[in-house]
Amino acid sequence: MKSFVELLRKLPLRKHASLIALIFLIVLSSFLSPYFLKPRNLINIMRQVSYTGIISLGMTFVIISAGIDLSVGSVVAFTGAVVIIAMNSLLTVLPSELMVLLAGILTGIVVGGCAGAFNGLMITRGKIAPFIVTLGSMAIFRSLTLYIGNAGEIQSKNALYGKFGMESLFGVPVPVFVLLGLALALHLVLNNTRYGRYLCAVGSNQKVALFSAINVDRVKFYAYTLTGMLVGVSAVLLGSRFNAVSTSNMGLAFELDAIAAVIIGGTAMAGGRGTIWGTVWGALILGIINNMMNMVGVSPYLQGTVKGLVIIIAVYVQKQKQ
Amino acid sequence: MNQKESELVQIAGICKDFSTVRVLHNVSFAVRSGEILGIIGENGAGKSTLMKILSGIYQPTSGEIFLEGRKVDIRNPLDAKKLGISIIPQEFNLVNDLTVYDNVFLGSELRTKRGFLDKKTMKKRTAELLEELGVSISPEERIENLSAAEKQMVEICKALAFKCRILIMDEPTSVLTLHEIAILFRLMRRLRAEGMTIIYISHKLKEIKEICHRVLVLRDGYFVLDKPVSEVSPEEMAQSMVGRELSQIFPKKGSPEGVPLLEVRHLSVPGVLKDVSFTLKKGEILGFGGLVGAGRTEVAETLIGLRSFSEGEILLKGRPLEIRTPRDAVQAGISYLSEDRQGSGILTSFSVVHNTTLTSLPRYSSSRVQWIDKKEELAAAQRYRELFNLKTPSLATPLEFLSGGNQQKVSLSKSIDTEPVVLIADEPTRGVDIAAKQEVYSFIGQIVERGISCILISSEMEELIGMCHRVVVMQDGRITGILEGEQICEEEIMFCATGIREGA
Repeated sequence: MKSFVELLRKLPLRKHASLIALIFLIVLSSFLSPYFLKPRNLINIMRQVSYTGIISLGMTFVIISAGIDLSVGSVVAFTGAVVIIAMNSLLTVLPSELMVLLAGILTGIVVGGCAGAFNGLMITRGKIAPFIVTLGSMAIFRSLTLYIGNAGEIQSKNALYGKFGMESLFGVPVPVFVLLGLALALHLVLNNTRYGRYLCAVGSNQKVALFSAINVDRVKFYAYTLTGMLVGVSAVLLGSRFNAVSTSNMGLAFELDAIAAVIIGGTAMAGGRGTIWGTVWGALILGIINNMMNMVGVSPYLQGTVKGLVIIIAVYVQKQKQ
Repeated sequence: MNQKESELVQIAGICKDFSTVRVLHNVSFAVRSGEILGIIGENGAGKSTLMKILSGIYQPTSGEIFLEGRKVDIRNPLDAKKLGISIIPQEFNLVNDLTVYDNVFLGSELRTKRGFLDKKTMKKRTAELLEELGVSISPEERIENLSAAEKQMVEICKALAFKCRILIMDEPTSVLTLHEIAILFRLMRRLRAEGMTIIYISHKLKEIKEICHRVLVLRDGYFVLDKPVSEVSPEEMAQSMVGRELSQIFPKKGSPEGVPLLEVRHLSVPGVLKDVSFTLKKGEILGFGGLVGAGRTEVAETLIGLRSFSEGEILLKGRPLEIRTPRDAVQAGISYLSEDRQGSGILTSFSVVHNTTLTSLPRYSSSRVQWIDKKEELAAAQRYRELFNLKTPSLATPLEFLSGGNQQKVSLSKSIDTEPVVLIADEPTRGVDIAAKQEVYSFIGQIVERGISCILISSEMEELIGMCHRVVVMQDGRITGILEGEQICEEEIMFCATGIREGA
């Protein structure tokens, strides 16, 4: 027993706390419900977390830079609406549905990127606190979306769009592929490129970064723009799931899930350090908790309570470690 | 009265550790009632830490404190206040947005019977105290409008506003002019005559000689000397502070080539610098002296593109420089070692390697995707580790676990890894121990020999005198003297820095 405790102590617990929590949760869930480990259920969980998961990758960058982005949920809705409207009008112009789809994807990334760039500009050039800027744009983009869609649903006329997001490769849904591919790429950016290093420096101490000849504003601007682009990707995938967007519901409370995944994944809220894989584990933890609560029949109204508690506990544990 | 009875405070075997670094080693001494006790030591010797323990800001790792023979536990500044111990800290502890009298009574506000603030009495008492000190500050002035010296006076008021038996003054004269120092000394003598015991911390030996009865010397956290001031010469004090002959500390001065490398002409920054002109020769160490706030750091910040200037020009090798951002300065070959190590020099959460290459990172990531060559990075950090005799468990250790001296070595590595032609070193030995200090000096000597020029901003006279070929002295944002050769001495520097000649 004693040697087991010793062994536990030697494990890099601190570094992999979120992965260990994830494994623990998987083991626990498999006991709680016999259906949990069925491939179908697991794939479902993966698909469900991928939409907010993709956004939380960008959120990881923003939080490492010691910022925050509250606007992601509204921007998902806005971008989703614009993408479908753009595709619907392009159907008569472009020769094939595939080309329309590609144009739609591009539109999503560009529109989302522009929304992110707007946040980034206000924060760097305008020198307004990220919380305030993105709180403002959260309201702006939701209201614009409701206005465009008259607070109702916008239907896509492109049948291929509805199929594309539901496709699977080797049994793995497209959104999950996108999530894992982007996670790998951004992990490399964070750990192996100049930008990643600068991002941590800016989040760790902005003044030191400035004295070290780092263009602090540019580093921050890129983080918000990247998040916007990822929000665009997520919006395209989410819209294709129903081949429509609901302007009042789409992306609602996504900022909460995205921030929660980042925090549970061990990224410091104060900025300066964090990991992409931690965020992926964090997103999966949230997904599994949701899934389990559905399976054991917890009222959906109580799920927010559990989620909130998990976030608070994660931050509490983070504080204790310091 | 025998000696034992007159001992007011007894410090017994105090040790203090910060994370893994021991900054005080088993320090024991006594403070006698009614004396002015001088405590001297180099930066980082542990003087301030010791006083922070006495005033309840830090807790000792081990050891005991006795007051009049009774063991006391000073857990916080309030405890210290109750025991009659007041401290005038080295760094100002004033709230800028509040008025003078608000600050004097902060935390111990006087109240009327109804529980409201008794502003009238507080203002009156503050005015009295200020008058005693011989300064003309209004009790209702806001702190942010005061000069450094005036703030110091407010700090003194704060300490004197309440009955105290022991007054600790931590380097109170570093921001004062000679005139103000004279007022302060007069006040100290009067307080002593009224029965107060004063602990006076300084590294200015002349002041110790003038005002103190007894002197204690701390070196690298060890207690090394305890003698009546009358029995010890300034030379002996200096030697026990440093632990060796003073002249050994500084490397031999080389002879710079005559060619001007950097020329600064009529540089002005509104409200900060006025008509600053100087030249820096190849291989020269050009000192910058002056009081705190004289504008020396501002000159450096302008040279590296952190401040924009309204007039003047900067020439490097005869060519005008366009410096708008710190990146421009780095590319032009100007590098800056910040005076505020943790505030703007290094990232304490970053490893030794990542700090070393932070400014020079483009060199390690020259590919299109800016991929970092981690092997190259590690090799560079390893070279500096050997060059500086850096003491660290590993190169992946975050800097928060390193001592001040070792952090400074990393900071210096970071500044020169950009391969500069001009290094601006701003207080490069602040808060480092004497061994690290000497290493920094010898390193600056080496790089200058290799043809790099150095601007050395320093508040330590010995440093300016021992290291520099020429010394520029500033006051209120303008240059008041450029000293050469024999002129570089304490009196001349102080004269240019304050405009007052000693004894005059």
